[in-house]
This record gives sequence, structure tokens and C-alpha cells, in this order.
Amino acid sequence: MSTPTGGRGRGRSDRARDEARLGWWLAGPAFVVMLAVTVYPILQAFFDSLFSYRLTAPGDKAFNGGRNYVVVLSDPVFWRAFLVTLVITLVTVLVEVILGFFLALVMHRAIRSLRGVLRTAILVPYGIITVVSAFAWFYAFDISSGFVNHWFDWVPGIDADLNWFAHQGTSLFVIMASEIWKTTPFISLLLLAGLSQVPGELEEAAQVDGATWAQRLQRVVLPNMRAAIMVAVLFRALDAFRIFDNVFIMTNGANGTTVLSLLAYRTSIGRLEIGLGSAISVLLFLCVIGICFVAIKLFKVDLASARGEA
Amino acid sequence: MRRRARHLAALAALAVALPLAACGADDGTPRLTWYINPDNGGQVELASRCTQAAEGRYRITTEVLPRDAASQREQLARRLAAKDSSIDIMSLDPPFIPELSEPGFLAPIPDDVAEQVTTDVVQGAIDGATWKDRLVAIPFWANTQLLWYRKSVAQAAGLDPSSTPVTWQQVMDAAADQDKFLGVQGAKAESLTVWINALVESAGGHVLENPEAPADELRLGLESDAGRAAAQIIGTIGREGLGGPGLPTADENATMSVFQRDRGSFMVNWPFVWSATNAAVDDGTLPASLVDDIGWAMYPQVDEGTDARPPYGGINLGIGAFSRHVDLALEAAQCIVTPENQAWYFATNGNPPSSTKAYDDPDVQEAFPMADVIRDSLEQAAPRPQTPYYNEVSTGLQETWHPPASVDPDTTPRDSTDFITAVLRGEALL
Repeated sequence: MSTPTGGRGRGRSDRARDEARLGWWLAGPAFVVMLAVTVYPILQAFFDSLFSYRLTAPGDKAFNGGRNYVVVLSDPVFWRAFLVTLVITLVTVLVEVILGFFLALVMHRAIRSLRGVLRTAILVPYGIITVVSAFAWFYAFDISSGFVNHWFDWVPGIDADLNWFAHQGTSLFVIMASEIWKTTPFISLLLLAGLSQVPGELEEAAQVDGATWAQRLQRVVLPNMRAAIMVAVLFRALDAFRIFDNVFIMTNGANGTTVLSLLAYRTSIGRLEIGLGSAISVLLFLCVIGICFVAIKLFKVDLASARGEA
Repeated sequence: MRRRARHLAALAALAVALPLAACGADDGTPRLTWYINPDNGGQVELASRCTQAAEGRYRITTEVLPRDAASQREQLARRLAAKDSSIDIMSLDPPFIPELSEPGFLAPIPDDVAEQVTTDVVQGAIDGATWKDRLVAIPFWANTQLLWYRKSVAQAAGLDPSSTPVTWQQVMDAAADQDKFLGVQGAKAESLTVWINALVESAGGHVLENPEAPADELRLGLESDAGRAAAQIIGTIGREGLGGPGLPTADENATMSVFQRDRGSFMVNWPFVWSATNAAVDDGTLPASLVDDIGWAMYPQVDEGTDARPPYGGINLGIGAFSRHVDLALEAAQCIVTPENQAWYFATNGNPPSSTKAYDDPDVQEAFPMADVIRDSLEQAAPRPQTPYYNEVSTGLQETWHPPASVDPDTTPRDSTDFITAVLRGEALL
């Protein structure tokens, strides 16, 4: 926050104190609500994860220390789900950032009159509810009702008898494709915001100095967009790591497509094993924290500075 | 114009009067909430019929549960664990009844009521509503799978399933010889457990040897001749492509559409396929000749000469243990399951009655010419393992017996036994 200039010393500190108090009054309720809806469930989940606790056998609830964590971490099912989640996260985020950057460039350079229409058109997939888009993709590829096998039967490997949801590779392909289709617009919007923050004079100066297009992109545009890229990658990586809807609807975890969220859901909601399921949720939470940490270290960006509040 | 105005006025009057009527009924009349599984509106109609019959003693309102059985169970279990007093009556899928009964989530059924609601009821439905030798739910409708076949295909194979029961081997040979697809449910879902259980039971075995034991003492019966016979049938159908390319994702509806198409041959499925196929013919999406080509018979045998144990499904009514009006809920449930109501429900919604009397209803016989086969099938039907840990057993089976092509009689029964045992002991994740 900017400090007001001028005024007497005593008055300024009064005013600063008032401002701080007002800040608390304004942000306080939201802060309390946030604590209630995030910190409390997290602590509760951690507490539950230390018990052997099944919802339909409340009488048998017993403290078992870290045994739930030992079971989860020593089980190949967990590590397979972890690996699948990691692959989905890496592939989708990478493809989305590249595609999104390309779309952002198109939008940035597009003729002014087209820009609004283009932006709206690109945003349409993002506006669709994930469950709806998952069903749409599922039915498009489904062997009995889908049209993809008929439209693309000229592609080697695709014919009328290809059951997309019966193999790991093809299932993951559809899951990731629908994820990419749906969330690339979000990335491209964030990157567009970043692009428009790159000072025009810097680019012009580079051009005058004889830098090629690639050089300008690499030395001027990208470094100046670092904050925007980081925000985009971070948000998407966190979202992608918690992927649930697409997998739940398309395969429900069949053929080695179980992801961590689905495993947590299946354990605590499906099996009603609250203790074991909470342990998986806590581990998932730690993974997400880890991603945040790595992303912020990797890009060496202070999030506050990304908002222009250095 | 005037006519239209009058219509509008009538509508407006209704719009005002209906909410008023609803408000009026709230005064004093106990309201019973019935959690129903989605159907074609039959349970809503039954609720209003029984409300009328109660003459002001109670009023039944309905709440719709999610579409698939697993999600219905999840919602009910969560609510009951939180002692939800709004659950008075619930439509329960039989495999989940022990799980809800064991922790005392279901109100006990008094002996006189139990005797009344089990008179003239098919044995499969009584078994499905019983836990630890006590009736814990009220039998409502009972489902079973039949063998549906295309008469042309059966004839070409020299089979007449309606007079002599056929075996799985004959059905598989017929499909292979004529290059047709079998309709079986190979999707990784509850329907796969239904299939596995029916095969194991038909071969004289049981998925669980001691279903009433605590989790860490449950013994599986898959490492047996019956388990291997079931694995042999599922594995062969999977590997030889007899179920078509859609087999690993085929649920009951997908199976039905394979059966209705040119390469359909034999199918095991619930009776809803009959009303669904007729409805599709009425809509003109399927040719009328198809219906004449469809025959039905008892579920196929595993060993020739040994009666099959067809799948048992359906819905039983549980009474919420935390309900404020347990006595009224019991009374209402008894009204819902009268033979007349069951017969009406079957004729209009296609869900077969558990009451043997309801099958003699002329409307039933007209809508479902196979009603007698269904009743016989229900008398032979075997329920899925009745244990509070049913979800673990079922999901464990799906995890190890899917995809069908990977099922091998030498390894699958052992692998699934080891896996499910470890899960039940809390040593492995599902």
C-alpha cells in the first residue's frame, strides 16, 4: 500500500493506524470465513487420518497412529495413481501453455475489430461445465454412440472397432485432450494479460537494434511475462493435479486411469473408510503445497509483484 | 378466445389453489419422506396412492436418489451416519442392506409385520431383505436376469432355449459359429459383479464362504472349481471377442443395443429390455420385426443339467432408524408393497413384483408375456454376497476381473482372493 505523503508526524501515524484498522475490518470477515472453510476441514482431515474409522461402524473408531499413512504409502495402487496424475499434469500443462501462448499471440496481434469476437470464441470451452464437457467427449468417443471412430477412420490405428475407453493409453489420451480443450482458453487469457504488460518501447528498441522476431520473443517478451507465465502454470498445475470430473465420468478409474482425487473419493466416499481416505487427502494436499513451492522457487517470482505492488 | 381465457383462468386458479392445498396439508399430518431410486414415475404415483389410502393419517413425499446403486448407497450411508431424521422410508438395493443394518441404521421390522410382508413372496426377495436371520427390510420388487435370444440365431444353432435350458458353452459356440456378438456386461461396474456372482453360484460355489463374519475373517470361495469355471467363461468370451469390441465398457444399456443390432445373438439382461425395445419400436427407431425375433428363457447353465442361479436384484424398503414416525413409516411401506400396487408397478414401470400373487394380474400377463419365466427365475435366483463389506468385495472383484480378456482361470481367482483379503484386512487400497 502506498503511504500518504505530507501532513504532521502524529497525524500520519493516526491515519496509518486507521487505515490498517479499516483494512482489517474490510478483510476480516472474509479471512474468518476462509479459515472456517479451509483450515478447519484440513485440520479435521488430518485428525481423522490418524484413526481407523469407518462411517458404517462408528463404534469401532480407534486411534492407530500413522498406520493409515504406512498402508497408503506402501501400496502400489497409490503410487500408480500418483504417477498417472503426474503424467496428466505434466502433459496437459505443457501442451496448454504452448497452445495458450500461441492463442494469446494471435489475440494480441489480431486486428482490433476482431479481437472481441476472437476472445469470446476462444473462451467458449472454458465456460462449459466440466461434467458436461466430460460427457460430451465421452459420448463422442464411446464405441456405441460415438462419431470419432467414423470420422477419423482414415487415421492409422483408428477403426470402427477401437474402444477408446478399454485401454490405458487411449483413455488417458481422451481424458487429457478434453482437459486441454477445456482449459487452454484460461491459460491464453492469463498469457494475453501478460503480453499486454510488456512495454511496447522495449520491443521497439530491440527491433531498432536489429533483433529478429525469435530474439525479441526470447530476450524481451518472455522475461517480461515471467509473472504471468508463472501464475498460469501454477494455477493450471494445481487444477490439473486435482483432476477428477473427466476421469470419474469417462472411465471411473478403469484400465489404470485412477488419479489421486478419484482414489481419495473412492476410499472415503465409496468405501466410507474415513480414516484411510483422509490420509490420502492429506497426502494430496501436501503434493499440491509441494507444487506451489516448486513453482514459486522455480520462477523466482514474488506473487505480490506480479500484481504490480512491489 | 373466450375459451382460451377461461382455460387461463382455470390454470391461474389452480396455480393459486395448489400451493394453498399443500400448505393446508402441512398442519398436523405427519409427513413421511420416501427416498426413491429414479424410475418412470411409478414410485411417486404409489406414494400418492398410499397417501390417499391413509385418509389423513400420514402424507408421503418422495426424494429422488442418484441414478446408480453405488451413489444411492453413498448418499444414504452418509445421511444415516449423521442420524438424518428426514429418512422415513428408503428404496434400497439389496446388496447394501447388511451394511446399513449392521450399525443399526434400519429400524427393526416387528414380527407381525415381517410375517405379513413375507407371505406369498418369492424366496430370492426374502433372502435379499434378511440379515443375520432377521427380516430387516420389506420386499418390494424383485429383479432377475433372463437369457434373451434372437430366435433366428438360436434356430440356426439348433437350440431351443425356451424348452430345454442352454449352457454357456452352447451359447458361446453359437455366437462363434455364426460370427455374432454375445450380450454380457463386461464394464468395470456393478454389472460385472452381478455376472461373476451368477456364474460362480450357478457352478455350485459362493463368492464368500462365510458372509456374516467380521471383515478380517471373511473367506472367499473363488479358488474352487466354481470360481475357475466362472473365470473360464468370462476369459474365453473376452479373449475370443465373443462380446464384441465394446465388451470392456458394456453395461446393461450398451449390451441391449448390441443385442438389438444385426450381430445380436444371446444376451443376459434384466426385463427392462423388453419394455425398452418395445418403446423403441413404437418410436420407429427399431424395426417391428425385431420384437417377433426376440425369445426369452431361463439364465444359461454352467454345468449341463444343473439349474442356473440367476442374478437377483430389485428394491426393498428400509425404514430409517432415526425417523420420527417409525410406526407410520412401517404402515406406509406395507401399503406400498400390496400385491395390487406391485402388479401396477410392474405393468407400468417394468419392475417385476416380489409378491407371487401379483404375477397372476391380467395387466401383468399382457404387458410381460415372460412374467412366469421371471417368477420361476426369481425362485432360483441367488443374491450377491450379503455382507456389510459388500462394496469392498464387489469393487475388489471388478478390479481383478476386468477387462474380461485378462481373466484367466489359473490366476484370476487366486489374485482376486489375495487382493480382496488384503483390502478387507485394511492392508491395501482399492
